[in-house]
Amino acid sequence: MILVPCPYCGPRNASEFRWGGEARPRPPVGTVTPEAWRAYLYLRRNVAGWTVESWYHRAGCRRFFCAERHTVTNEFRAAYLPGAADRPREQNAGESLAAGREEVV
Amino acid sequence: MTPEAAQAPSRAARQALRLARQAGEVIDRTQSFTFTWNGDPVAAYPGDTIVSALAAAGVRVFSRSFKYHRPRGVLSATGLDPGCLVQVDDEPNVRGAQRRVEPGMAVVAQNAWPSLRFDVKAANRWMSRFLPPGFYYKTFMKPQRLWPTYQRVLRGFAPGGRLKADVAPAYYDKRYAHADVLVAGGGPAGMAAALAAAEAGARVLLVEEEPELGGHLRWGDAADLAALAHLRRAIASASGVEVVVDAVVTGRYDDNWIAVVQRGVPGVFERLWKVRARSLVVSPGLIERPYVFAGNDLPGVMLATGVRRLINLWAVKPGERAVVFTANAAGDAAAADLERVGVEVARVVDARRGEDVHRARGRRGVRVVELADGSRVACDLLVTAVGWTAPTSLLNMAGDRPVYDPRAARFRPGGQHPREVLVAGGLAGDGALHELVVHATLVGRAAAAVGAGRAPVTVPALPVDDHPALFQGRTHGFVDCSEDVSSKDIVSAAREGYDSVELAKRYTTVTMGAAQGKLETMNTVAILAAARGDTIGEVGTTVWRPPFAPITLGALAGRMFEPIRRSPLQGWHEAHGARPLVAGQWIRPDHYGDPEAEVRNVRRNVGLIDVTPLGKLDLRGPDVPRLLNFVYVNKWSKLDVGAVRYGVMCGEDGVVLDDGVTGRLSPDRWLMSTTSSRADAVYEWIESWLQTEHPEWRVFVTPVTTDYASMNVAGPRSRDLLARVTEEVDLTPAAFPYMQVRTARVAGVAGCVTWRIGFTGELSYELHVPAAYGLHVWETLLAAGADLGAAPFGVEAQRIMRLEKGHAIVGQDTDGLTQAQSAALGGLVKLDKEDFAGKPELVWKAAHVPDPLLVGLQPLDATIVPAEASLIVEGEKRIVGRITSSRMSPTLGRALCLGFVAAHLAAPGTVVTVKLPDGSRIRATVMPQLAHFDAEGSRLRG
Repeated sequence: MILVPCPYCGPRNASEFRWGGEARPRPPVGTVTPEAWRAYLYLRRNVAGWTVESWYHRAGCRRFFCAERHTVTNEFRAAYLPGAADRPREQNAGESLAAGREEVV
Repeated sequence: MTPEAAQAPSRAARQALRLARQAGEVIDRTQSFTFTWNGDPVAAYPGDTIVSALAAAGVRVFSRSFKYHRPRGVLSATGLDPGCLVQVDDEPNVRGAQRRVEPGMAVVAQNAWPSLRFDVKAANRWMSRFLPPGFYYKTFMKPQRLWPTYQRVLRGFAPGGRLKADVAPAYYDKRYAHADVLVAGGGPAGMAAALAAAEAGARVLLVEEEPELGGHLRWGDAADLAALAHLRRAIASASGVEVVVDAVVTGRYDDNWIAVVQRGVPGVFERLWKVRARSLVVSPGLIERPYVFAGNDLPGVMLATGVRRLINLWAVKPGERAVVFTANAAGDAAAADLERVGVEVARVVDARRGEDVHRARGRRGVRVVELADGSRVACDLLVTAVGWTAPTSLLNMAGDRPVYDPRAARFRPGGQHPREVLVAGGLAGDGALHELVVHATLVGRAAAAVGAGRAPVTVPALPVDDHPALFQGRTHGFVDCSEDVSSKDIVSAAREGYDSVELAKRYTTVTMGAAQGKLETMNTVAILAAARGDTIGEVGTTVWRPPFAPITLGALAGRMFEPIRRSPLQGWHEAHGARPLVAGQWIRPDHYGDPEAEVRNVRRNVGLIDVTPLGKLDLRGPDVPRLLNFVYVNKWSKLDVGAVRYGVMCGEDGVVLDDGVTGRLSPDRWLMSTTSSRADAVYEWIESWLQTEHPEWRVFVTPVTTDYASMNVAGPRSRDLLARVTEEVDLTPAAFPYMQVRTARVAGVAGCVTWRIGFTGELSYELHVPAAYGLHVWETLLAAGADLGAAPFGVEAQRIMRLEKGHAIVGQDTDGLTQAQSAALGGLVKLDKEDFAGKPELVWKAAHVPDPLLVGLQPLDATIVPAEASLIVEGEKRIVGRITSSRMSPTLGRALCLGFVAAHLAAPGTVVTVKLPDGSRIRATVMPQLAHFDAEGSRLRG
């Protein structure tokens, strides 16, 4: 089972987490069309490659965070708290986390 | 031994084929004991396997084969031997050539009736024309009415041992471990790698399948034994190496999550290890491959390594007169061992000189061997040494695909495995023992470096020796002895179009037996390639998946740890005759003997119910109203201190998630309640919004479900009862109206949150008592209310009463598609709020008539209580709704229901048809509101 890099706790067994699926922005409720809202509810890009996902450390620190994972190799290359959602850390962009594991926490 | 047994067939006393002491033997001749084989006593020593002890006593046939019931014997003298599966006491399918024999074991042959010697089902061989591979896709199909007969007959031919239905469950457990380096395979390479890794500072776990370390050195020559002793001493004195024997690495998963199945732990039938290793060294050695020719499955046809094991580990003479067919050094060494112990080696057939074996003949064992040059040699032992198979499974599980090396005539690692997985020993290449040890030492250092994040260590590749490509001779023989698949079957499968290796495997079932292809895959691929006219590399192998070694379901299940949650009052409930109800993880009192009496008592006097599992969340901070406005569909900006409001939560798809009441205890402290089963989920739901979408809101949420023992005091006399034991709060209706909350001192206990709400529809107060005092308050209330008729009531009575009042239960009267309007909660939804969870869907849905709609229903026949989930139908087949809740009401003396009906049937007064589970149909009327009793709620608000 894969190790998920929690920003607070470090790499932990995936069984401690709940996977939240692809992280996607919530459309503005005042102006969204039914098609766009339902795309937000039900549609996913589902790439074979790097994706940004939401994770919840259910059996640990109970924080939600985002992580970039390669869906074919299960490599992680970034994990950050929701506040930094728009900016993956520059030095980890494109590199496997295995190389820079100590830096995440 | 009894006098009778002493005169029993001489096997018990005489070990006809036991040799004199061998230098490396693992048996302890000072302690002899007996076990039974098909009822007859047999002698054995500690260290013997079941098969080695039987072989020493002269047994040659150990089982009958799967389909054709051919006699089978020893092939490799390892756990892979397909012919050595036996039943031990109540355990079927024991690998007899690996399991150590114990005093008193009762071992029985499998798959033979009435006996091994004369097996009636051997008649199958005459049926072979009608039992080709895939016969069950072509035969035994028509006529369909005979299927039960075919089943009965075919079941009688199912192989394997006997399972007793009433065997006491064995004890299994698990162990978790973290290792810097896990070495899979404790032969010389594995040991060298483990030593080097430990010396480099790593914590090493060394896992070995056999009962002791050493691999092939154990049955080698004097030099091998000396090297073995040296390595064993080094391991014993090395700190940082934990050795686990009788254990197999059976699966490698992402990030080196590794499964190890261990046997031989006293008191434990099988132990499953779950190991997280920073790096994995794979050093399983090489597995010797059988040769395919006519008669190759006869008892007496053995692999060179099998012969060497029998002689050197267990001092067993494999036969009297041998023919040795050799293509490599292992075959030569086997011939030397045979001569050394007095077996007549009648002929050495050398494949390197182009010689070949044609056929082995015999009925219950080899009698004569026909060679390619036309000569015939009488013998009772035919030894083959035609090459090696690399067990690349663990590498394949790590993402590697094996590559065929035609010069070495075997598949080899493809090099695609990740950095954290390394290869040592025969799997990596060939060479003399010291060369493999040097290589493995570098691998061990490299493994330690990978784990510690140090600079990588370069390991030069091992050379690979040439080896003749020998898979099948000139005749057809068995490829898979577990499944009775011959080379002819593979050729005909290819001809029928099942020519990809994955298809051929599944169609013929080759490699699907107990050895899972370790003895069979290479020959299968070679024969398939020849049949297709392709190279072996083009055919490729099937995909290797875990488990590498068999593992019992019991070990996977392990011990059951199911947490049970009990309220502080549960002991009292059980002592007073409560029937337990399992509600999620909670045990709750369902009733105390007569739920209908409990209902009547609540409606007439006063009752107490334990509702501790009710979800409770403490909310603090200046932005709590913003949170409540967001998660609930209704408005929460203006809630005075002391006020309580009912709220419904919906998901982003507008589906009802939960409902509950929330009260404001003080200017910045709220207490939210949720349904019991959703307590954890609602907490996570709220946290997800606060952490991801609105981190700027200042709200602190603390789950306090188990901080309080919660109890509901309900009934017309509940106020009287509470007044007797409550201080600090004015309970008069004017001071404490319906839907208000206070903090009171009850039965002397301060800090009891007291709500005036009413699920049951009666005047009622819900007390949340600090948990440690729960029992005290409960007992005080019951004692103080004895003259008022105070008595406990359970979940069932509460269910009845809430149904009488038409209060829906989320998850029972709603499902995963029920949006708020369908649940008759549309009036609660405030669409003019700026934003709340699920708003868009609820806005769009509001434009339509809710379909379906939750309504109250009453059967026309008041005595019939339709089963919950009964369907509501229109015409013959059209489903237009269902019953969600249904009870007999003691208060109204008739059946009451809640259910969904399609919009066009939802008008009050409509009569609908309910189809009961037994197929009969009844009629029911749609009521004007959900509440069947006291629709105005006057009893609540008094």
